[in-house]
Amino acid sequence: MSRVLMRGNEAIAEAAIRAGLKCYFCYPITPQGELVEYMARELPKRGGVFLQAESEVAAINMVYGAAAAGVRTMTSSSSPGISLKQEGISYLAGSRLPCVIVNMMRGGPGLGNIAPAQGDYFQATKGGGHGDYRLIVLAPSTVPEAAQLVMLAFDLADKYRVPAMILGDGMLGQMMEPVELPPPVDPSSIPEKPWALTGAEGREPNVILSFDLSPQGLREMNRVLQDTYREIERSEVRWEEVETADAEIVLVAYGTMGRIAKTVVERAREEGIKAGLLRPITLWPFPYEPLRELAERVPTILTVELSAGQMWEDVRLAVEGRAKTPFYGELGGVVPTPREILSEVKKHVSS
Amino acid sequence: MPVKPKEKPAPELTPARHPMEKFLRTDRIPHIWCAGCGLGTAVSCLLFALDELAWDLDSVAVVSGIGCTGRVAGYLKLDSYHTTHGRAIPFATGLKLAKPDLKVVVFSGDGDLFAIGGNHFIHAARRNLDMTVICVNNFNYGMTGGQVGPTTPIEGRTTTTPFGNFEHPFNLVYLAASAGATYVARWTTLHARRLQHAIVEALTRKGFTFVEVISPCPTNYGRRNKLGEGLDEMRYYAEHAVIRHGADPKEAEIVPGEDFLIGKFVDTEKPTYLEMYQAKVAQLRGG
Repeated sequence: MSRVLMRGNEAIAEAAIRAGLKCYFCYPITPQGELVEYMARELPKRGGVFLQAESEVAAINMVYGAAAAGVRTMTSSSSPGISLKQEGISYLAGSRLPCVIVNMMRGGPGLGNIAPAQGDYFQATKGGGHGDYRLIVLAPSTVPEAAQLVMLAFDLADKYRVPAMILGDGMLGQMMEPVELPPPVDPSSIPEKPWALTGAEGREPNVILSFDLSPQGLREMNRVLQDTYREIERSEVRWEEVETADAEIVLVAYGTMGRIAKTVVERAREEGIKAGLLRPITLWPFPYEPLRELAERVPTILTVELSAGQMWEDVRLAVEGRAKTPFYGELGGVVPTPREILSEVKKHVSS
Repeated sequence: MPVKPKEKPAPELTPARHPMEKFLRTDRIPHIWCAGCGLGTAVSCLLFALDELAWDLDSVAVVSGIGCTGRVAGYLKLDSYHTTHGRAIPFATGLKLAKPDLKVVVFSGDGDLFAIGGNHFIHAARRNLDMTVICVNNFNYGMTGGQVGPTTPIEGRTTTTPFGNFEHPFNLVYLAASAGATYVARWTTLHARRLQHAIVEALTRKGFTFVEVISPCPTNYGRRNKLGEGLDEMRYYAEHAVIRHGADPKEAEIVPGEDFLIGKFVDTEKPTYLEMYQAKVAQLRGG
């Protein structure tokens, strides 16, 4: 293990290369510029292909092609660019092709700004493009965790043949932290992809399609997708709990907000308030069960987000009225301080 | 006794007011462009051109995409639109077809118009939509920190070509001419009066007219390629830009260190999209 000081964007890029990334396609957009630039410097020297495409639409379709060839492939962008990629992502999902997509979110809608925001939760977790599909969505809250989750994203994408997304923001991307970089993945340990388009000599030709014109055939393809999603929901839910054992109020927050909420819990405890935190690490599959269990014994579950309340909908689906579910959010790239969130917490505790 | 020189007021090199202030949203000034950037000159040329034409400003709209040049629309006191990245031309198309009497100017950068927006550019030129496209070409994506673009020369250093660019760049003059533009000119920000004249011509011609403005980007492209300050790039233009009207657009390639062609390459006429459309409608109505 090597311990280095890195920006979030660079740590994500380095981790992807160590995960065996072979083809990376991008288009410039802030606040993920360092990721693109790191790849431009490093990937050509380390056996991969770096290409800056003419648009985000081109980049995601290059990923589509590389994924069909069976190599580990990735693209990265920020909110407006991710919107442009949605058609391609839907095709990748429908064709059951693994890839990793990084979204360093920014304030929206439209051009928005480059400040930290979490307004792309719906887009990331509910499909985003057209059709019945899901992405595996991983939300790191620190730079070291970002590096770990990128490597996991490649493994999960390959295992289930489902595109995986890393959902961060400019704060995570630009912040520098010490990172323990895992050793590079042994290429021979990456599972075989017998479905890939690698040249059909000596075997039956493979075909990769995202469609079937007959409704019965398309239903079968969709059933395969849905069966895969149920399996992921059973096996891959990840979350972190902090001080929930005796909590009277539990905050639910992810990514940058999850990190700030951890500080809020510490400060609340110093003031004698029994606060806890549930931080979803997989936004899809969402930790419904752990939240449901908490709601059986915790009277208040406070969702804190850098959005108008997108994850809040999933929290309420999990709680199903068992506890009070207030919401606190900020908009447009404004990040609340721990003190502001703490005073919100105090509104909801009896003492 | 030494002769005291006669006191003479120094000429006003930096006037307190922009001479074309009437066209600017002064509440949005100062602009965000870097020292030595060519955008200020390019915008002034458009404004002097509009002043020369003395058009009713209610009849002019300026559309920009995203990027450093994309900021232009926001600084102009005209009906102006700062649209989606790469989509200024489709936006301008909608605007023109909804309000055919409007003079529509698209003012954007090389990345916006020719990478993500490249497809829209060639199709608007093919249709011969009645609009003027002004492209400020600074050879990289300035706003996002200086990445390679569709016009970055071979061996050009950018943040995403740290070892030198190896992709063939577009020759925008050739591209515009072959896609069907009826007027194609290229000037640099050094050739301010000629550029102004070219914009006047482009605005007064019918159909899809195109003006490329070669412009310094000392902060990003210039610095990484050791081109010096903005002024040094102007000297470079003075030494290497060769005016040749009517030259073959194919010969308008830009290779660093070599002379390059500027001037008016295409000036022709053919029916515009709207004329073709109206003719078809008349034919249908006439039976």
